[in-house]
Order: sequence, then C-alpha cells, then structure tokens
Amino acid sequence: MEIDTGSTAWVIMAAALVLLMTPGLSLFYGGMTRAKGVLNMMMMSFVSIIVVTVLWVLYGYSLAFDESGNSALNTIIGGLDNIGLAGLHETATADDGTGIPYLVFSAFQLTFAIITVALISGAIADRAKFGAWVAFAALWATLVYFPVAHWVWGGGWLGSLGIMDFAGGTVVHINAGAAALALALVVGRRHGWPKERMRPHNLPLVLLGAALLWFGWFGFNAGSELGVDMTTALAFMNTQIATAIAAGGWIVVEKLRDGHSTSLGVASGAVAGLVAITPSCAFVDTLGAAIIGLLAGVLCAYAVGLKYKLGYDDSLDVVGVHLVGGLIGSVALGFVAAYPGDGQNPGLFYGGGVSQLGLQVLGPVVVMIYSFVVAWILAKIIDKVMGFRIPEDAEITGIDITTHAETGYDLGTIHASGVAASNGPVTLPAAQPSEKKVDA
Amino acid sequence: MRLITAIIKPFKLDDVKAALEQAGVKGMTVSEASGYGRQRGHTEVYRGAEYQVDLVPKVRVEVLVEEDDHEEVLDAIVKAAHTGKIGDGKVWSVPVDTVVRVRTGERGPEAL
Repeated sequence: MEIDTGSTAWVIMAAALVLLMTPGLSLFYGGMTRAKGVLNMMMMSFVSIIVVTVLWVLYGYSLAFDESGNSALNTIIGGLDNIGLAGLHETATADDGTGIPYLVFSAFQLTFAIITVALISGAIADRAKFGAWVAFAALWATLVYFPVAHWVWGGGWLGSLGIMDFAGGTVVHINAGAAALALALVVGRRHGWPKERMRPHNLPLVLLGAALLWFGWFGFNAGSELGVDMTTALAFMNTQIATAIAAGGWIVVEKLRDGHSTSLGVASGAVAGLVAITPSCAFVDTLGAAIIGLLAGVLCAYAVGLKYKLGYDDSLDVVGVHLVGGLIGSVALGFVAAYPGDGQNPGLFYGGGVSQLGLQVLGPVVVMIYSFVVAWILAKIIDKVMGFRIPEDAEITGIDITTHAETGYDLGTIHASGVAASNGPVTLPAAQPSEKKVDA
Repeated sequence: MRLITAIIKPFKLDDVKAALEQAGVKGMTVSEASGYGRQRGHTEVYRGAEYQVDLVPKVRVEVLVEEDDHEEVLDAIVKAAHTGKIGDGKVWSVPVDTVVRVRTGERGPEAL
C-alpha cells in the first residue's frame, strides 16, 4: 500500500493536537468553575476520552464512516463492516500514493468525537452525578454524534446536499451546544444561581486551557484537509486570523459595555473565533475570515448574557459560545464563501446566489433540533432511572470532595478537608506521624 | 450583650444566614473551622488505604446580640441548622462587656 508520507505525518500530528484539546478544554472549564468543583469538571472531560475511545473502536467509527452497506440506509447511518476497526489496518484513503492510512483517519476522527462529548459537560458544572454523566456521554455519542458525523462527513445526506462544514461547525459545535442546552434545562440550576455570584476560581487555568485549545485547533482545522496542500495552508492561516480578531472583538465589547477588558473575555473570545472559523476555514478568503472572527467575538460576547435573561444555568456558556459561534460560522458561509468545493456554491457576496445560504441554515437547524431532542430525552431517562443530580447538601459542600474524595487545592494546615486529615493509614503498619493535632 | 457562636454543618450556612436575617440580626462573622464532637470523625478510603479522619469540616458563625434577643436568636440558629443526624454541631452564648464600633467609636448596644 503506497501512501503519501508527508500528508500522513501531518494528519498523525494533527490527531495528537486535537486530542490535546480535550485536556486543554478541561483546564479552560475547570478554571471557570468554583474551587470546589474543579476536579469534577476536569474528570468529565477525561472520562469522555475513555468512554468515546472504547465506543469508537467497538462501533462508533463504523457507524460514522463505513459506507459499504445498503446505500439507502447509508444516507443516515454507516454500516457495520468496520466494527472493532476491522479492515482498517491494511487500507488507505487512496490507493495511488496520495492517501493516508485509514487507521490514521480513524484516530483523527476519534479525537473529534471525544471533544464534542466533553464540550457538553460545561453546561452542568458542580452538580451532576458522575455516573449519570458517563451514561449520558455513552448514549449521546451513540445516538447523536456518530449518526450526525455520518450525515455530514461519512457520505450521509447532509454532505450529499453540499453543505459546507469543513472541520465541524455543525457536527461538533452546534451539535454539542444544542445538547448542552437540553442538559442544562433537564438538570436544572446550580444551588444559589443566579442570585449568588459564581465567578471563575482560577483564571490562569482558563487562559492556559484557551491557549492549548488555540494551539490544538490548528490540528482540528488544518488537519481536516486530511493531507497537505494549498487548502491546508488556507485553513491554518484563516484559523489564526479569525481567532485573533474574535478575541479582540470580545474585549472591545467588554471595554465599551462594562468598562473593563477581562482575561475571561480574551479566552472566551478566542474560543468563539475558533468555533466560528471551524466550518469555514477552507472556504473563505482573508477578508471572509476577518469578518467571521469579528462577528463571532462581538455577537458571542452578548450571547453569553442570554442565560440570565432566559433563566437556564448553562454554567460555562457552551450555548453562548459553541452553539451561537457555530451558527455564525456556518451561516456566514452562505454570504462569504469564496472557494467552494465540489457540488458547493460561492456565497451571496461572491456571486453564488442564495442556494448555499439555504444549505448553511438547513444543516445547523436540523442538527440543532435532532441533538436537542435526543439529548433532552436521554437526560430525562437518566434522571428517572438513576438521578442526574447529586444531593443538595453534597452540592453545597462541594462535588469534588463528596463525589471524588479529593479537593483541587489542599491548602489548609489543619487537614480537615476529608481524606488528607488522618493519623496515617490505619491499614498500613508504622503510620507516618500525623500533622500537629488540633483539638476542637 | 452576648456573643453567640454556632458551629454548624457547612451546607447549612445558607439556611442559618436566612434565619438570622429573619430574626433581625444585622451582621455576622463566618469562618471555616474543623473539629469533632461526640461523633469522633469517621474512616475514609483513598488510593487503597483506609484513614481515620477525626477533624470534620465545619462552619463557625458568630453574632453579637442584645441580652433580650439572645434566646430567640439561639433558637433560630438551632432550628435552621438542625438535620437530626450526627454532627449537626453546637451553639453557645457568652456575656460580652464591651463592644465598640470602630468607625464612630460608639460603645455598648448602640455599636451592635
């Protein structure tokens, strides 16, 4: 089997970059929670890596990308020929020396499935049962992510219509954002929200997370060309342009509206720009990327305030950043697409009429409704069967200590915060002398 | 005047605060504390080892009240902090001779 070694090397690197985005997301989200919930927030991302990897190997890849089955059925779901990754180890995406191994393609796509699931967790910070989240992650990946990835990228009906979604504006961000909204509604508000101020407990972590996301996103966007050519370069540069302008747009809005540009704003603005340029990075010119970045930074800065008006506790703004940012990026393509692919048209401002605009609205709307409805039903079922929330006293005490028996920052000198307090392990001989004992 | 000190379960702080406001208390001091009473802590398992944990996290609430109000305030705290389970905490009051408001120099009940 002849492969393109340059392209293969890049997509392998890109897969590693995108995998790093999920721990990056966990820092971004973890810093935004209160100190008593940082570990649970990060654990929700890490457990998504575990759950989705196992499902992907078992059947996820096959359902998303196997096109060998019944052709009518294949418009909505993939076949079963690649169950357990069967048949992938000796094939490549093209036989003539221009392809990459299917195992590399599968690994790359797996990292997208992982982060999409992890993104949803931001809506339910500090209050969800860990087991309930694991169940939701597995069921939502199976019933929503794998089919939707197939619809757009795996030879399914939305891709056949000619919708533009280069790296996952619809498949990843709108999909996750709609599920996050459903989950926030079913699980309900954090105790004390919105009366109590719930500010991010560690903004340096948020900035570090945003930086890792920005870095990894070059793999996400430029890697989605699945090779190395002029489009790879275009996607790479457009990603940088839109992200920088979005981060700038967000903090300018903050300065004019609130009087201060915040570090949370710069981090959120960068992510909003990354989200919006995701579907569009390979289809727009420099001006288009700049417009999309500006729209994302400015509109998302306002969209994150919606939850206070509408009363849903989407704790870390998955809806305001990912759903809204994804919609901006997708719909904007209907106006500013300059370099359409096969079976696609330029945007309205580039002489393509309104046909592409229609598709760029249709795809997101269909996925938004599907993801929201299925996520809502799944969350309701899980809530009935096992309960989605931890008890109120455990939530107020802190989900980290009550669910995971740990705290993110064990800074006290008295060591009463659960497990660190001790006279040494009672099951081990010759326990270490305990810290100075303090009488109550 | 009296100083009331309440050691309560941390998650009961919201309820106790609300009850104190209801009872007309104008201010309070809240701090994190650790300790044990008759329940003597408990055992926990972490990374395969079992530990005896004797100090349990608590919240300490302190309020200054006038002599005539203190029974009512004590009762309000006890009612709000009660779960009926072990480790609910304790509330006590002690007489206070002098209270001075720093900003104005007022002394006695006017300073409360």
